[in-house]
Amino acid sequence: MDQKTMKKLVESISNTVKNFKKSEVECLIRLFHSLVERANVRLNNFGLDRNAFRAILHSVFGMTDDMLMNRVFFAFDKDNDNCINAKEWVKGLSVFLRGTFEEKLKFCFEVYYLNGDGYISQEEIFDMLKNSLHQQSSEEETDEGIKELVDITLKKMDYDNDGKISFADFEKAVKKDKLLLEVFGPCLPEAKVECQQLKLVKGTF
Amino acid sequence: MGVALTRSAQWTAAGYGTRTLEITPLNEVILKEIMMFVESFIYKHPQEAKYVFVEPLEWKTNLDPSAFESGYIVSETTVKSEEVDKDGQPLLFLSVPHIKIRSLGQLSRLLLIAKDRKLKEAQACIEANRDPVTKILGLDYNTVKEDTSTVNILDKITKDEDPESEIKMKVGMLLKQLDLHLLNHSLKHISLQICLNPTTVKNDIELLKHFSGKGEQTVLESIDYTSDYEFSNGCRAPPWRQIHGEICYVLVKPHDVETLCVTCSAEGVFLNGGKTEDEGEINYERKSEIYKDLVTFLKEKSAKFSENMSKQDIRFTEEWKKENEEPKEIPKKEEADALPKAFLASSKNILEKNQINFGKTQMTKRLEPSLNWKATVDFKEHKSLLRDTQEEKHGGRLERAGPPVSPGRAQLVRKSAEKIEEILSDSSSENEEDEEPPDHRQEANADLPSEYWQIQKLVKYLKGGNQTATVIALCSMKDFNLAQETCQLAIRDVGGLEVLINLLDTDEVKCKIGSLKILKEISHNPQIRRNIVDLGGLPIMVNILDSPHKSLKCLAAETIANVAKFRRARRAVRHHGGITKLVALLDCAQSSAEPAQSSLYDARDVEVARCGALALWSCSKSYANKEAIRKAGGIPLLAHLLKTSHENMLIPVVGTLQECASEENYRAAIKAERIIENLVKNLNSENEQLQEHCAMAIYQCAEDKETRDLVRLHGGLKPLASLLNNTDNKERLAAVTGAIWKCSISKENVTKFREYKAIETLVGLLTDQPEEVLVNVVGALGECCQEYENRVLVRKCGGIQPLVNLLVGINQTLLVNVTKAVGACAVEPESMMIIDRLDGVRLLWSLLKNPHPDVKASAAWALCPCIQNAKDAGEMVRCFVGGLELIVNLLKSDNKEVLASVCAAITNIAKDQENLAVITDHGVVPLLSKLANTNNDKLRRHLAEAISRCCMWGRNRVAFGEYKAVAPLVRYLKSNDANVHRATAQALYQLSEDADNCITMHENGAVKLLLGMVGSPDQDLQEAAAGCISNIRRLALATEKARYT
Repeated sequence: MDQKTMKKLVESISNTVKNFKKSEVECLIRLFHSLVERANVRLNNFGLDRNAFRAILHSVFGMTDDMLMNRVFFAFDKDNDNCINAKEWVKGLSVFLRGTFEEKLKFCFEVYYLNGDGYISQEEIFDMLKNSLHQQSSEEETDEGIKELVDITLKKMDYDNDGKISFADFEKAVKKDKLLLEVFGPCLPEAKVECQQLKLVKGTF
Repeated sequence: MGVALTRSAQWTAAGYGTRTLEITPLNEVILKEIMMFVESFIYKHPQEAKYVFVEPLEWKTNLDPSAFESGYIVSETTVKSEEVDKDGQPLLFLSVPHIKIRSLGQLSRLLLIAKDRKLKEAQACIEANRDPVTKILGLDYNTVKEDTSTVNILDKITKDEDPESEIKMKVGMLLKQLDLHLLNHSLKHISLQICLNPTTVKNDIELLKHFSGKGEQTVLESIDYTSDYEFSNGCRAPPWRQIHGEICYVLVKPHDVETLCVTCSAEGVFLNGGKTEDEGEINYERKSEIYKDLVTFLKEKSAKFSENMSKQDIRFTEEWKKENEEPKEIPKKEEADALPKAFLASSKNILEKNQINFGKTQMTKRLEPSLNWKATVDFKEHKSLLRDTQEEKHGGRLERAGPPVSPGRAQLVRKSAEKIEEILSDSSSENEEDEEPPDHRQEANADLPSEYWQIQKLVKYLKGGNQTATVIALCSMKDFNLAQETCQLAIRDVGGLEVLINLLDTDEVKCKIGSLKILKEISHNPQIRRNIVDLGGLPIMVNILDSPHKSLKCLAAETIANVAKFRRARRAVRHHGGITKLVALLDCAQSSAEPAQSSLYDARDVEVARCGALALWSCSKSYANKEAIRKAGGIPLLAHLLKTSHENMLIPVVGTLQECASEENYRAAIKAERIIENLVKNLNSENEQLQEHCAMAIYQCAEDKETRDLVRLHGGLKPLASLLNNTDNKERLAAVTGAIWKCSISKENVTKFREYKAIETLVGLLTDQPEEVLVNVVGALGECCQEYENRVLVRKCGGIQPLVNLLVGINQTLLVNVTKAVGACAVEPESMMIIDRLDGVRLLWSLLKNPHPDVKASAAWALCPCIQNAKDAGEMVRCFVGGLELIVNLLKSDNKEVLASVCAAITNIAKDQENLAVITDHGVVPLLSKLANTNNDKLRRHLAEAISRCCMWGRNRVAFGEYKAVAPLVRYLKSNDANVHRATAQALYQLSEDADNCITMHENGAVKLLLGMVGSPDQDLQEAAAGCISNIRRLALATEKARYT
């Protein structure tokens, strides 16, 4: 990519993403391109598809849960084209690495609600938590346990008692206890990894 | 013989039937004695030798029939004696190898025949006949012997007159004598045998070491070997001394005696010649008697040791009683060890009384001396037990779902072991939460609250869930009211504590945070604290203090702050390096440049430091921890934190400082770090707790004069005085009055306090206050009243009445302070009138009966100005029935302060002639004379004054001479204290009125010393010295004159 288009891109992205300096944005874009090249044979495609992104989430950010990685991908992919472009990449990472509490709150909520109705429903919670118990003697028992866990969560987070968690519910609960931010599974880089990545952004590229 | 055989002979423990005598020196001696007795019997007691046994003595002999000669009918396999009984039966019958003998005469002959094999024969005889006396005299004599004295036997025998029984009786008597003789003999033998061995000595020393150290509670100041090298046999003495049986040499420093250099040898323990200073060689020569062990030795040498030892004993016994499971075997062994010793001590008087049934009665007594050793032994055992259980725990932690630990036995055992060890390492700060709360678990299924089941469910998720489920469970567990005991105990009882602690060991930051948040809350419960420590939670938390996550550090420190409220926990924190880490947390606040964007879960540096201070505050209640904090460089950091203005931070910081200020080192450091300034500044804070701790810290530090001046220079007296006006918060009031008390030891401060009208306020606080406040208020008034203006002020404010009223209290510290204050007031004649009217003198006088020596001394001091200033003091003193006798008898005390004060009081009492006559009758002269040999200058001064006063009556002068008080008095003149000189010179002047005393003085070189004192600037001293010299001189002239005329 030549200097000019690069500069233009950096300029346009920097206008929307405030958490990074221009030089950092440039680094991230270069990183994006190298990742795309490495992952993608079809060079004409200017973005990361789901599999490539998941591989990155796993190797760089230490995430393991497939389902959640998919959800993170969808949260990154703002325009829903099943492909993350440079802008979405930088934007996503800004929350990932430099996000304020509110930004992260929003991001997590986006990851957790899927069907787009703005609520996390009981079924969705069940889906997300279904692997959270070590296999017990029978599947039935495990299911029972998870159902109860869902009830516990709802009891804790569903302030308006409508059987689903709205953003307001979520915000209120998390603000009360920050530990609940990633309540349905890890969707942010771990603190340790986060530190390393910050260094990465600042220096190496 | 019977008793000696059954009791002291050492039988092999092979069970019945084939039991044989062990070949020990003791047994050999017994056998030889018996043989000598039997051999000579035929010559010494021919009559009794013919007495025929009730039953024959039978055994297997090795003697050949051919050995028998005249007087015997010998065949190939049998031998019969020619001597026969009434029925014609032979008295000796041998049918190889069995032999039967029925008289002592025959026994006697047999031994003669056996010649060199007689020892074997005697042994065989006794082995085969375990109770020879019964066989000889019949069963009835033997039973008689068992339960009563010989008198009964005599009774019994004298009743039937027949000559045979007379002989029988004589035989009985003779045997009895032999028995006694044997016992005596074996005793001598046993006494030679009590030898110490390296292990027992080592154990003794190790034990004593545990209880040595600084402070009043310990038994010794120190005990150390002279040599670090231990030979493989356990001895430390050089080989050429080991030949003499010496095991090691120990330097012992008791509280009240100089360092003793002690030799522990196999024979016992004794004082040696000590270490020579130049070469460090030991003078091996024995300088004292031999004691049977180190403890006995020390008890003899140091009164303090035996006193504290007995206290320890009591403590041990209590410990002992608490535990119902006794490790039976080991004490028994100890008993067995103690047996020969006790045997030695007890059996002597038994023998005197001719009572031979020791054993039963003595057994109980014998147990006593070994009690403390029992404690040692099980202490050791507990330690190893402790280690075991901890190892178990470590193992158990790996599998996440452990069963709830039953805190029964193991815990109990551990507790007591810990206690013993920590008794000394802990400073005895007040409010120690040390009594173990009863561990009540909820009864199964009996009305369990609904929380219990809900918590159980959550714990299930903690155990079986992944990180996500765990976090959810932790968060909802936090929603319970964790301050409520039911919830706290529910978490524990369903096994939640183990899981929570296990979570701390994982890598999941969120789980750790969640878990610590819960632990922090529930650790307010004393039982939970102990459980956390038992489960090994502290080391993990201490490790978390190293974590890069600040909020984790904070939470861990806060939890430690809660847990470390009892000794064992504090010690665990220290042992795992927690103190250093906590001190390091304090450092955070100094790097003030914080990164703007910190991680999501992070706290601020100040917060970290605050939590660190909070934990240190808890930990600083142990002496060793105070030391560790100081060594880790905590004081400068605390001083730095003290400059901040956050109350939340200041309270734990000042709290820690206040706790630590009980140590000398800290007070010096506090001065050096200019902490006082900030303490004073914070007195002006709005926060009552902060004020309280600041005042408390000043109270602790103001023992030191410089600090008192610093408080004044930084303007601390004014806030202190104004805080007096707020009396609602009693804790704070106690701290503030305490600070005022200590500060008012300096005169300049008192002046300031008067300026601030603090004295009036203090007088107002004399009523309706709790004791802690009263002690300090009265203490402060006592200091203030050393000055005239203040005495007047106190009187005018009506302070005397409440002070006198306080004389009837029971709190010792309070009484000491009250007597001092009353004494200070009594210096003023006008105040004295009031005291007299309120019957204060009688109250003071009755305090002379208080058991506490400090109170006695203080009361006696206070009496001095009272007697001086009371109108018609002589009459007043006489009114107290038995009062004079009481005070004279106090001269028998062994407390120097009491003695000095009583001497001073006697000086004042003796000013009245009639009273002097009465105390003379009560024997004041010999008692005073007895005290004369002292090195204590304070006592010397007052003693000399008392003697000089008492000389004024009758022939007391002469009596002092007779009781040898004069020579020691002369030596007082060599003291460095001018007051002693004056008092002594006056006393000598009085004594020199008697010619004999003059001679004694002259002989002891008084003249030269007195001549020097004539030149003193002190007029009284001059006068007295000159007067004394003139008396001596006049006597000399008179003798010369008498000689030449």
